[in-house]
Amino acid sequence: MGSKKDSELPAKPKTGFSRRGFLGGVGLGGGALGTGLLENEAIAAPAPAVAGPGAAPITLTLNGKPVKVTVEPRVTLVDALRNYLDMTGAKRVCDRGTCGACTVIMNGKTVYSCTVLAIDAQGKNIETIEGLATGNNMHPVSKAFVDNDAQQCGYCTPGFVMACKGFLDEHPNPTEADVNHGLGGNLCRCGTYMGIRKAVLQAAKEMKGGKNG
Amino acid sequence: MANTPDYSWPPMEKRKMIGQRFKRLDGPVKSTGRAKYSSDTRPKDILFGAYLTSPHAHARVTSIDTSEAEKIPGVKSVHVAAPAGTELQYQGWEVAAVAATTEEIAREATRRIKVDYEVLPHFVKDEDLASAGSRAKQGGERVVGDPDKAFQEAEAVCEGQYGIPVVYHSCLEPHGQIIQWRAGSEPNNAGDQIMVWPSTQNVPAYANDLGTRLKVPAANIKVKMDYIGGGFGSKFNPDAWAIVGAELSKKAGGRPVHLFLDRATEQMIAGNRPSAYSKIKVGGKKDGTITAFEAFTWGTGGFAAVNPAAQPYIMTKIPNVRETRTPVSTNTGTQRAWRAPGNQQASYLTCCAIEDFAHKVGLDPLEVFKTNAQYATADARVPLYRYQLDKAAELSEWKKLWKPRGKNGSGPVKRGLGIGWAAWGGMGHPSQCRTVINPDGGVSIEIGTQDLGTGTRTIITQVAAETLGLQMGQVKLVIGTNDLPPDGGSGGSTTVGGVSTSTRKSTVNALAKLFETVAPSLGAEPDQLEAVDGNIRVKGTPGKSMTWAAACRKLGTNKISEMGTFNGRDGGNLLTQGAGGVQIADVSVDTETGIVKMNRYVAVQDCGMVINPRLAESQVFGAIIMGIGTALLEERVIDGPTGRTLNPDMEWYKLAGIADVGNIIVHMDIRKENDDRGIIGLGEPPAIPICAAVGNAVANAIGVRVPTMPMTPDRVLAALEGRNA
Repeated sequence: MGSKKDSELPAKPKTGFSRRGFLGGVGLGGGALGTGLLENEAIAAPAPAVAGPGAAPITLTLNGKPVKVTVEPRVTLVDALRNYLDMTGAKRVCDRGTCGACTVIMNGKTVYSCTVLAIDAQGKNIETIEGLATGNNMHPVSKAFVDNDAQQCGYCTPGFVMACKGFLDEHPNPTEADVNHGLGGNLCRCGTYMGIRKAVLQAAKEMKGGKNG
Repeated sequence: MANTPDYSWPPMEKRKMIGQRFKRLDGPVKSTGRAKYSSDTRPKDILFGAYLTSPHAHARVTSIDTSEAEKIPGVKSVHVAAPAGTELQYQGWEVAAVAATTEEIAREATRRIKVDYEVLPHFVKDEDLASAGSRAKQGGERVVGDPDKAFQEAEAVCEGQYGIPVVYHSCLEPHGQIIQWRAGSEPNNAGDQIMVWPSTQNVPAYANDLGTRLKVPAANIKVKMDYIGGGFGSKFNPDAWAIVGAELSKKAGGRPVHLFLDRATEQMIAGNRPSAYSKIKVGGKKDGTITAFEAFTWGTGGFAAVNPAAQPYIMTKIPNVRETRTPVSTNTGTQRAWRAPGNQQASYLTCCAIEDFAHKVGLDPLEVFKTNAQYATADARVPLYRYQLDKAAELSEWKKLWKPRGKNGSGPVKRGLGIGWAAWGGMGHPSQCRTVINPDGGVSIEIGTQDLGTGTRTIITQVAAETLGLQMGQVKLVIGTNDLPPDGGSGGSTTVGGVSTSTRKSTVNALAKLFETVAPSLGAEPDQLEAVDGNIRVKGTPGKSMTWAAACRKLGTNKISEMGTFNGRDGGNLLTQGAGGVQIADVSVDTETGIVKMNRYVAVQDCGMVINPRLAESQVFGAIIMGIGTALLEERVIDGPTGRTLNPDMEWYKLAGIADVGNIIVHMDIRKENDDRGIIGLGEPPAIPICAAVGNAVANAIGVRVPTMPMTPDRVLAALEGRNA
């Protein structure tokens, strides 16, 4: 069990991007690195065009829409969102793939957007917190966070909401133990975990009801 | 209205809004990512700043050359914070900063700044007082009674050494601000204008402090903050980086500059809780009564001397006490207030000693805590603590689960329970509020406060809606700028008392004006009216009433605007101070791996009148979870020989995750006698006793004291080996 951000045993080859998953793969299964992440990526992607070192125009698929932005190749996805596109839902907190405040969903997998270069995110379907609501209706996960007071200062909340959404997409019937394991890749300093546990279980029920998710 | 209006709270059974479990009002905007924190604000023509900081724990700048940085296209201004000759007293000290069109360019530019340092000797380790030499400066000895005689006569004496290291606040939103300084043409900066979006716990006082330091009139400074990503005591005044950011903005022709600390700098220089180590001796009777207490305490709060925690905690009336406190100066980042400054350390040190004393005399520590509650500072606290100890024991199944040390099973995993206790003031700060009632029925509450995530928005609205007999959605709240009626900084659990009192007074005053207007239409005197369920009606004659909207229409073209002021003393029975709290940790310790697992954690917490139990519980949950992090995982690690900070990050500096905290039970002690006291702040008190409870639970589980926080596997195993050696 667990979200894609957590290493698993046995380390099955996966196309995850997070640093934690990557390191887990290297550490736990010698073959993971060779047969998994990097190789699959190499096969999937066409030979990359050389870009940079100056700013280059790229297109990101954000919440289903193509968005053009001009960034240097060294710009991370979280910085592209926040500093170039004014999409500040994802937060930059640790900036080193540890805390999860910058979590977005890329091709169906939750990733830390501080560990992804914006140019590498081209051609991927990127879901951010800004695209989660349907019109004026909050997504069941966002609503569950409100209902269960799963937020205080709220700075970790958008990342947590996206991590929960990604987790529930893969684990629609989680137990509380699954929640504790699957959301271990996000940190909150105000200490809202009691509410988050309840929120995830509530959202799981509502999403199965087919209301939104 | 010749008489002073009655501001007192409605009786518990008559309240419609206060005491209800409303969801926090800013929940939806936060959980959908729409909340714009200061660090999210992107004013037009924004520049991004970056810092260059000292890599050395102690050094002098001998030369600094910014010319290469200035040549990079996109760099708009460079500011030297530490010119040649400046002595830098810790790693992370601000040396220079750059503002550029992109953050990437700004960061690169800082790397092109050439700095030569003369590296100087440093001192960074404080655990061993003997090694501190002249960096330790012992304060005077405090003696109460005759401790020597009391120890001689004691039936049992217990000695121990305990410690709690420096920890980082680790606010998720780093310290910083966006600041725009537009120079005017008038002399003495009289025409200069500053707009600042800070991440601060003190919106109302920010401009005055900034203005003094920049020599710009405070009246020309506009401060705005809607949301803050954590403060915990570390974000009050404009910091050095506010001044640097302002200088960068001015030099860049008045463009706004985004200057927030990177994570490493944040951890190293923007807030930490001082350490405290103590050699403690406790003497007393075999019935558990403590008669003598001795503590020699030291610790560091950075380069400047900061007195470590005072003891004995809570039991301030122990008749015989000897105490010294020794601040140790180190070349490390400066301490800042942390939820209940000094109290976590004091609670941990003293509670360890109580637990060890209980073990020495062979008694249940629950009984020893209850016995020695007699020494609580205020007499009224004595029965309160005894009640709370019993309540926490009940909720944690103490009688069933607690076993004496060494009797926690024969397997490798040992279960243990431990107690910690807390005391805090929580008096409200001075506060002003304006209530505006418009002829169209709209109501706005204006108050220059901030909501740290504690629920301030929600509780102000509850108080206003209660007074006015309206629903939550009928009250519009305006906070977060410095041109509103001034409130105080949000620290020390002072906000809820302050804002609730000023809001109550302001809304009562405004309602009185409305009553004056509509009384003739209802054929009654103003003081015979009441506002209930969206109507203004004559008391005792529900048939004589009009709707809120109809009443407000009687205002014609004149809106009501009434202030409510709490000056710090005239709150009557609306608020008070003095919260207790008892917590019990239930842990399992694997004696083979040293891993401590939280099973269950119980908190019994009083805080006077509770406006919103849901949010109050969240505060307590949060305080405990933060505390569990400090008890099990958190510790600043600095390398002695090099003086380098080894974990200024969130990877090797561990915060508690969702799987680390076990199950938590919060019991808000909402009884009439507590409610009658009025409002008391809640931010600090529940954050105090976690290390104490967890430390004692670990000692109970494994049979030996693990003296120093956090309870990491290496420390647990070392303590176990010490026992076996």
